[in-house]
Amino acid sequence: MNDDNRPMNAPDGTPLPHGQNEPSEAGSPDSHVPAHRQAEPIADPGLPEHTWRPTDIDPLAEKRAERQVAAMFVAAMISAVLFVVAYFTLEVGDNWDTFAGMGASTMALGVTLGVSLLLIGIGIIHLARKLMADVEIVEMRHAAASPPEDREATVQALNDGLDEAGIGRRPLVRNTMLGAVGVLGLPAVVLLRDLAPGDELDIDKLAHTIWEPGMRLVRDVVGTPILASEVEMGDLINAAPEALFPTEENGYEELHGAQLQVDKAKGAIIIVRMNPDDIVPAKGREKWTVDGIICYSKICTHVGCPISLYERTTHHVLCPCHQSTFDLADHAKVVFGPAARPLPQLPLAVDDEGYLVAQSDFTEPIGASYWEREKQ
Amino acid sequence: MSTDSRLDTSKVATSNRTDAATASKPGPGASLATWADDRLGLATAMKKNLRKVFPDHWSFMLGEIALWSFVVLLLTGVFLTLWFNPSMGHVTYEGSYDQLRGIGMSESMASTLNISFDVRGGLLMRQMHHWAAMIFIASMMVHLLRVAFTGAYRKPRELNWVIGCILLLLGTLEGFTGYSLPDDLLSGTGVRAADGFLKATPVAGTYMSFLLFGGEFPGESIIPRLYIVHVLLIPGILLALIAAHMLLLVYHKHTQWPGPGRTEQNVVGYPMLPVYAAKAGGFFFMVFGVIALMGGLMSINPVWKFGPYDPTKVTAGSQPDWYMGWPDGLLRIMPSHMETVLFGYTISWNVLIPILLVPPLMLTVLILLPFLEGWVTGDKRDHHLLQRPRNAPTRTAVMVALMTFYGLAWAAGGNDIIAIKLHASINQITYFMRVAIFLGPLLAFWITRRWCISLQRHDNEKLLHGYETGIITRSPEGQYAERHLPINPKAAYTLTARDRDEVFTGAGDTDAAGVAAPNSRSERLRARLSRWMYSHNVQKPTAAELEEAHHHAEHEAELTAGLDHPVDGHQFDDHRLRDTDDVPLRDH
Ligand code: HEM
Ligand code: FES
Repeated sequence: MNDDNRPMNAPDGTPLPHGQNEPSEAGSPDSHVPAHRQAEPIADPGLPEHTWRPTDIDPLAEKRAERQVAAMFVAAMISAVLFVVAYFTLEVGDNWDTFAGMGASTMALGVTLGVSLLLIGIGIIHLARKLMADVEIVEMRHAAASPPEDREATVQALNDGLDEAGIGRRPLVRNTMLGAVGVLGLPAVVLLRDLAPGDELDIDKLAHTIWEPGMRLVRDVVGTPILASEVEMGDLINAAPEALFPTEENGYEELHGAQLQVDKAKGAIIIVRMNPDDIVPAKGREKWTVDGIICYSKICTHVGCPISLYERTTHHVLCPCHQSTFDLADHAKVVFGPAARPLPQLPLAVDDEGYLVAQSDFTEPIGASYWEREKQ
Repeated sequence: MSTDSRLDTSKVATSNRTDAATASKPGPGASLATWADDRLGLATAMKKNLRKVFPDHWSFMLGEIALWSFVVLLLTGVFLTLWFNPSMGHVTYEGSYDQLRGIGMSESMASTLNISFDVRGGLLMRQMHHWAAMIFIASMMVHLLRVAFTGAYRKPRELNWVIGCILLLLGTLEGFTGYSLPDDLLSGTGVRAADGFLKATPVAGTYMSFLLFGGEFPGESIIPRLYIVHVLLIPGILLALIAAHMLLLVYHKHTQWPGPGRTEQNVVGYPMLPVYAAKAGGFFFMVFGVIALMGGLMSINPVWKFGPYDPTKVTAGSQPDWYMGWPDGLLRIMPSHMETVLFGYTISWNVLIPILLVPPLMLTVLILLPFLEGWVTGDKRDHHLLQRPRNAPTRTAVMVALMTFYGLAWAAGGNDIIAIKLHASINQITYFMRVAIFLGPLLAFWITRRWCISLQRHDNEKLLHGYETGIITRSPEGQYAERHLPINPKAAYTLTARDRDEVFTGAGDTDAAGVAAPNSRSERLRARLSRWMYSHNVQKPTAAELEEAHHHAEHEAELTAGLDHPVDGHQFDDHRLRDTDDVPLRDH
């Protein structure tokens, strides 16, 4: 029965006599199985008789199946050709949302490709089900474990090898060798240091943003400075540091590449004006507002999404990422959601032209918490 | 192969060929094969495997879907690499899409738009790639459930289970890195959150963030780095692990459902060549075809609608791809203010618990399941016959509890959407979830276990008293009774083809080597767990019980003689369905 030379093993590792597990006999008591497992209430009736399909015995059915399969393959060819036609006739670009928000080209290519593939697939499966032999066959299993004599031979070979190497007898050699290979880990780790080259790895940067005393607050898309008198009660203004919008007038230097992105990511702020009586100033921050205008970092202290949704009646602002909610009237303390700390506040003043400016940088790191945060 | 001697193909597909299949003179194919075998010795390796037997069942296709969608990912992914430019360099978009023309963005975003609007078939390939990724991960998950619920992870297949769990983890990471590549507003928001997670890692987190981003977030390195992870590193590991997964599958041979002639010692099914190969190959084309249709007809990740990443902007309803949803949900339901400062160092429990502790813990639990089960049951036998979920009530209930946890966490990840749909306040939903995440799994465990046990009881009823015909008879004495008819012998055998559970008692037990194992503390724990796992289960009837029941039934049959055939309208229930071998265990 068993075509390979491995002996059949019972589950407990003992070899089974040949033919022991012929389906017809599988229900018979098995001397290798403990008594309590032996008492099978119903004997295995064995594999059922094979029954012929219509395609096996009826030449007409067989012909029909053959034609069906071939028809599917031909249709698949046609669909593939249509794909090529669609590729060259339909334009992309302008008509990207012609049908149901989809470009005609994308849709035609997807449908012709899909139909072609599906027909090939269905055709092959139809072929397998109707025309290929459908007799189930039986194969015997063997234990996953190696036979005991193989195990012994392997252990023997291993021991022989180790013995000849003599490593076990020379602990000095063994230990220094292991040590040498182990210490090689150091260069491997050290090599990664310059993933953040030079002073890019300076984590103290997290404690500072581009804000500095006297820097104007500007509207975030257009970059125009904001007159304190223009800020309407109840409005929320998304704003940015003026240094991100350099002009000849303001004299800030043009920022590029990564630095621009970093300063943008850290400098974003929100400005609201509320009734000054509503504001509960935190200790030491009594002078950080201008006529009820108050300014916070826009970056959520949870994991750093920019926050956006403002509800003017409650003065609550909500982060869309995980719904942390901050009360802007009460030093932006967390009133709901997973954030742990209030939004950092930017101390405000007005310059001689009446524009809003920062008194200083933020007094604490903005955004997500990190291990060394309180140390900085 | 001697097994072939059973194969009677006398009647198969005769129309193709009129002469016998004897080799005439070696054609070019044969001489090529000889040439190759002279050098590679392929014949020996293929001798056994060409006719390897694969059992058939619909649930065995789930893993195949995962395999084939991975192949589609490789094909479409390679296509995308030809145009995609993984660079964060700043450019002004000048392509075909009006609404973004003249807007500044990274080159990776611009090249994604280029693939979408200026490369013919590009959008199709992008959408196919993304849909294939969804299908890849979803089918891995459902496949994993199939393996767990049927006990296919038991000895000797535990290591393949471990490989499968790692594949799921890597697939998820691969999906996240791919999702991040276009550098649109949604993906950038996800990357920023990932930066927050890294920073919340105690001790080395801040440095890890700086090293990964090449400095402060967002830097200019993250996209190129994620790119190489996405197209080389993870696919390489995935490929190797999938190969190992398949090799082990072939080595162990596939599990099968018990049934007449299907035992622990054999495997019954179609040979690899031709039927299984044809079915599997055909199935590849079908999976590919469905993905192509989805790519052509269903929009996914329309990055042009989100716009390029801008670290100061965010869209409402920011959500990751669905498979990242459950840690996001855990993140959302953490209570406020969970942060402590210890010796001046910040520990952010609000991120640490939901992201860095619970998901790895869940994965560890998942990986350990077969080992824990094996330890509690003390079962050292090989298992090749699958179990019905009801016949392992505790395992089934544990899985359902884990699924409930996953599902609740996932739902919490959409708390804003649920709030809008149900017109409820997001706060109430969040409070509810905080409680449900603990109680839900317990409740699910309890209900599932009771349910399984009553199904087991129901099976025994069928064995002992037959199935309910729905026909009420009235005896001469005026008593009403429902008529039961015996189920057919094959179905009856199949119902009994399962092991009796043995509760490990600890006391006086000896291990395989015959050594008393009195290791008190852990053995006592084991015994308690074993009792907890098994003692409520219903065991199949013994031969004597069956005998007794049948005797009783015969007696009854005499009273209602004349109904020795299925009653009108019942010819096809139960009996017939169970007669087909590929549906050995269908319930009505
Ligand atoms: C398990 C395997 C993979 C998964 C789960 C996966 C997932 C993803 C996802 C979700 C995206 C975002 C697509 C979008 O823009 O909507 C993506 C993008 C991409 N993937 Fe994959 N991927 C896999 C394998 C590969 C492989 C093997 C390659 C190439 C060798 C590849 C190349 C790419 C490229 C170039 C992109 C960016 C193109 C674009 O977004 O337009 N992927 N991947
Ligand atoms: S990032 Fe704002 S709540 Fe998570």
